[in-house]
Amino acid sequence: MFPAAFDYIAPGALDEVLSLLGQHGDDAKVLAGGQSLIPLLKLRFAAPVIVIDIGRVDGLEGIRRENGHVRIGARTRHRDVEGATDLRGTLDVLLDAAPLISDPLIRNMGTVGGSICHADPAGDWGAVMLAVGAEFVLKSAGGERVLPAAGFFQGPFTTGLQSNEVMTEIRIPVGTGKSGGTYLKLERKVGDFASVAAAVHIVLGGDGRVASAGIGLCAVGAHSIKATAAEAALVGQEPTDDVIAAAARLAGEAAEPKADIRGSAEYKRDVARVFVQRGLHTAVKRAQGAAA
Amino acid sequence: MAVETAEATEAARQAMGGIGVSLARKEDARFIHGQGHYVDDVVLPGMLHMVIVRSPHAHARIKGIDSSAAMAIPGVIAVVTGELLAQHNLAWMPTLSGDTQAVLATDKVRFQGQEVACVIAETKYIAEDAAALVSVDYEPLQAITTPQQAIEPGAIVIRDEKEGQTDNKIYHWEAGDKDATDAAFARAAKVVSLETFYPRCHPAPLETCGCVADLDPVTGNATIYMTSQAPHAHRTLFAIVAGLPEEKIRIISPDLGGGFGNKVPIYPGYVVATAASLLIGRPVKWIEDRTDNLISTGFARDYYMDGSVAIDDSGKFIGLRVNLLSDNGAFFADAQPSKFKAGLFHIVTGSYDIPAAHIVADGAYTNKAPGGVAYRCSFRVTEASYFIERLVESAAVELGQDPVTTRLNNFIQPEAFPYQSASGFEYDSGDYPRAMKVALDMLGYDELRKEQAEKRAKGELMGIGVASFTEVVGAGKGKDYDIAGLRMFDSAELRVHPTGKAILKLGVKSQGQGHETTFAQIVAEELGIPASDVEVREGDTDNTPFGLGTYASRSTPVGGAATAMVSRKLRDKGKLIAAHLFEADVADIEFAKGKYTVKGSPDNVKTIQDIAFAAYTNLPEGLEAGLEGVTYYDPPNMTFPFGTYLVVVDIDKGTGQVKVRRMVAVDDCGVRINPMIVEGQIHGGLTEGFGIAFMELITFDDEGNCIGSNFMDYLIPTAWETPRFELGETVTPSPHHPIGAKGVGESATVGSPAAYVNAVIDALSHLGITNIDMPVTSDKVWAALRSKGVTE
Repeated sequence: MFPAAFDYIAPGALDEVLSLLGQHGDDAKVLAGGQSLIPLLKLRFAAPVIVIDIGRVDGLEGIRRENGHVRIGARTRHRDVEGATDLRGTLDVLLDAAPLISDPLIRNMGTVGGSICHADPAGDWGAVMLAVGAEFVLKSAGGERVLPAAGFFQGPFTTGLQSNEVMTEIRIPVGTGKSGGTYLKLERKVGDFASVAAAVHIVLGGDGRVASAGIGLCAVGAHSIKATAAEAALVGQEPTDDVIAAAARLAGEAAEPKADIRGSAEYKRDVARVFVQRGLHTAVKRAQGAAA
Repeated sequence: MAVETAEATEAARQAMGGIGVSLARKEDARFIHGQGHYVDDVVLPGMLHMVIVRSPHAHARIKGIDSSAAMAIPGVIAVVTGELLAQHNLAWMPTLSGDTQAVLATDKVRFQGQEVACVIAETKYIAEDAAALVSVDYEPLQAITTPQQAIEPGAIVIRDEKEGQTDNKIYHWEAGDKDATDAAFARAAKVVSLETFYPRCHPAPLETCGCVADLDPVTGNATIYMTSQAPHAHRTLFAIVAGLPEEKIRIISPDLGGGFGNKVPIYPGYVVATAASLLIGRPVKWIEDRTDNLISTGFARDYYMDGSVAIDDSGKFIGLRVNLLSDNGAFFADAQPSKFKAGLFHIVTGSYDIPAAHIVADGAYTNKAPGGVAYRCSFRVTEASYFIERLVESAAVELGQDPVTTRLNNFIQPEAFPYQSASGFEYDSGDYPRAMKVALDMLGYDELRKEQAEKRAKGELMGIGVASFTEVVGAGKGKDYDIAGLRMFDSAELRVHPTGKAILKLGVKSQGQGHETTFAQIVAEELGIPASDVEVREGDTDNTPFGLGTYASRSTPVGGAATAMVSRKLRDKGKLIAAHLFEADVADIEFAKGKYTVKGSPDNVKTIQDIAFAAYTNLPEGLEAGLEGVTYYDPPNMTFPFGTYLVVVDIDKGTGQVKVRRMVAVDDCGVRINPMIVEGQIHGGLTEGFGIAFMELITFDDEGNCIGSNFMDYLIPTAWETPRFELGETVTPSPHHPIGAKGVGESATVGSPAAYVNAVIDALSHLGITNIDMPVTSDKVWAALRSKGVTE
């Protein structure tokens, strides 16, 4: 558990980070909370030439509402999302997911952006961001891009992030409708990655029908999955038990799990279905109870 | 006045800290302040660091090892290979079970993680970098990953280097009476069977294994700081393995961060570090990382059990039959009494009066790490207790009885002790119905059964698990129980200094059990010296009497008895001194609670402290000076702790998740010396039992790759998921132990897994689900429910 040798640098400004990334490309690794990178280094699964610690760069932390978005600095710690209780009623799914991420020690250090960029197929934030339709702000020496969460996750530990870019912010659109959501996670013990998890976020229109629906699945495929068919089956419908059950079945079908020590593919697919079904019931109940 | 007297008596009792007082643990101050002193804290001048290069293959021929790139790194001192060790006749070493084990592989590697080479360098970083550059040319061979594959005719022979070994069988062993058992089954009204697998798990102590070997080239003295539960036995084995003169070897086992059996075997790392220190002339430190520990050191269980109970038409058990197949890995390295190849599994009749029993055990080599008896198991009593308690659950289901009824109908009755079991044990004492009753009352059993019926009517799944275990712990006696020929006695040496303060030195070795407190309390009880004035020393072979060490719950039954007996020796010598001081006849001297008096004059007192001072200052003519003694205690029998554990679970039909709602544990370990420490032991064991029942698993893929090589894959429970425990007790003293105590270190690990699993089965048996092997994970429960058409 001793890493191979590497250079370490902790710039004080984002420009310097971006310049170093431009210079070193794939030989560099960005260190934020370190909760994934440090174990990879110690296991010698990763052996970057240089580790760029962004811990001293200002302006990468915090949660605020602006222009119809909730904006989360990429280096915001999981525990800060856990504590952002004013998101209740707007982004329930974030508040429900945060305390289920690993254990308190990791939540104190690990960051939202770091987890998204690491793109572990069993990482919790990916599914959540797909459910809420988030956008990711990516910066490089050459400028800024904004990518939607849908399409960002391409495979295990593979995203749309280029090697010369760093994620600076997560933007989540928040409308004025009545919304509700939740996150359900099956884990073998506290601190374990998800065996299966599902993120659900819906907005109800004034007629009580589903105005929009977001469903993200975690740990049931090569990357976080957006259950688009299930979402489509909800939109414009009254959220009855039957409609929810049908959507949950479609979500289960969207899962592409592999059998492993955590269970068979059939098991994981069914838990995804069960979670989406339970999650939609909770989301609807919350949305119906929410003030417009 | 009477109240004041009672208060004063209690205050005196607390101040003395004798038996029954929940004295705060003396050792905890340093542990909780991070000031313990562990092997990895040992830093010596000129110390080098060793890293082991391990096999990535489960089974492969070694065609060559090229260490030139590793040697080229500045700071690398040596790369030790099996070939080099072979030149010193050290490539192989004997195991505790009379087999041999490769120290560093020469011909083949036989499990993934096997030790192939060792890099010795100036720093640990350099050693790690160099280890990655040692190039080994392997020719992969077919891997055998189950004992069933291993014993198939024509299976590739793993131990082809052993003369006369033509297959993968290790041993065949039987206990009990086959004919009597066959006869019982022939007249049975009902036979209930259970086939179950107790999977491989790992003790995973917080502190991994390691050593610092320091061979002084000037004096020839070998000082080895080592994570050892049995330092004296290890010294003797080192003398035999390495050919070092025993008087020149000093093994120091400092504070240990847990052991659970993992620190009983001798590992290749200890041997290579010692040899390297000898050859290089500098101290060598070797400390495992977590993966090293999980993939190569003493695992536990991996036991296939298939058996039946014969039941007569009144519901009485009349016979028990069990067939065992054990996966011992690539080397038979179980640490267990040498006459008992399946450990003490033959305690499998458990708490039940079963007049006939027959056990057949076979062991097989596989391409997996060696070990087999470790993890708080009392030499496979864990497996035995699990099997009988699961089988009794099956019997209850088949008989259509409440599992409590089935147990009460078949318990050995209190008046039957000492009880001769069909498999050859003489149980010392017990009252099983009483422990059961206390547990049922604590739980509110009848109410919960009503709730269960209501829930079941609504399609909800809730279960109540029952287990009434009986353990056998405290080996020897030495005539029957030995490890590698060393008889399983243990020792205590007690010296009381002129000021009345004492040092107690023991042959056992605490790994966190609280010996420094518990054993001081025995001296306090026996001699009347306050426990706070008794310093307990263990773990340094130069400064403690020879003993077999701490494992299998033997410290209190054996080392504790030795402590009581040596205290009594000193007490008797004190009488001679008291007689001299009182100018009285020794026959008239009385002793109670640290005070000597002459019969008839209770107010004229000489304290044990007065006597200690006199032992060095004012002795009767002809009496040796000093107040000191040593006792080697060979127990006349084992002790048989027991208890009843009850578990309530709720099961989520949609996900298969099991939630433990209640856990009531009633233990009877005889007289409790420090009740708080006993409860701590039970909490730990119940937690480990919970882990084993629901999450802990070392498993392998078809190629023999270990799945479970770190704490992300090998799951151990934390405070977050562990249920709250409700403890109760009964006290049935051991009649043969000097203070009536029995071992308790392993009771909860032994007894609880079956209680947890029985609770799950109890929730599911009405659906026709009769067994789920551990760990009972949510996917297995879901699959079982699915197979019966149950879904959300």
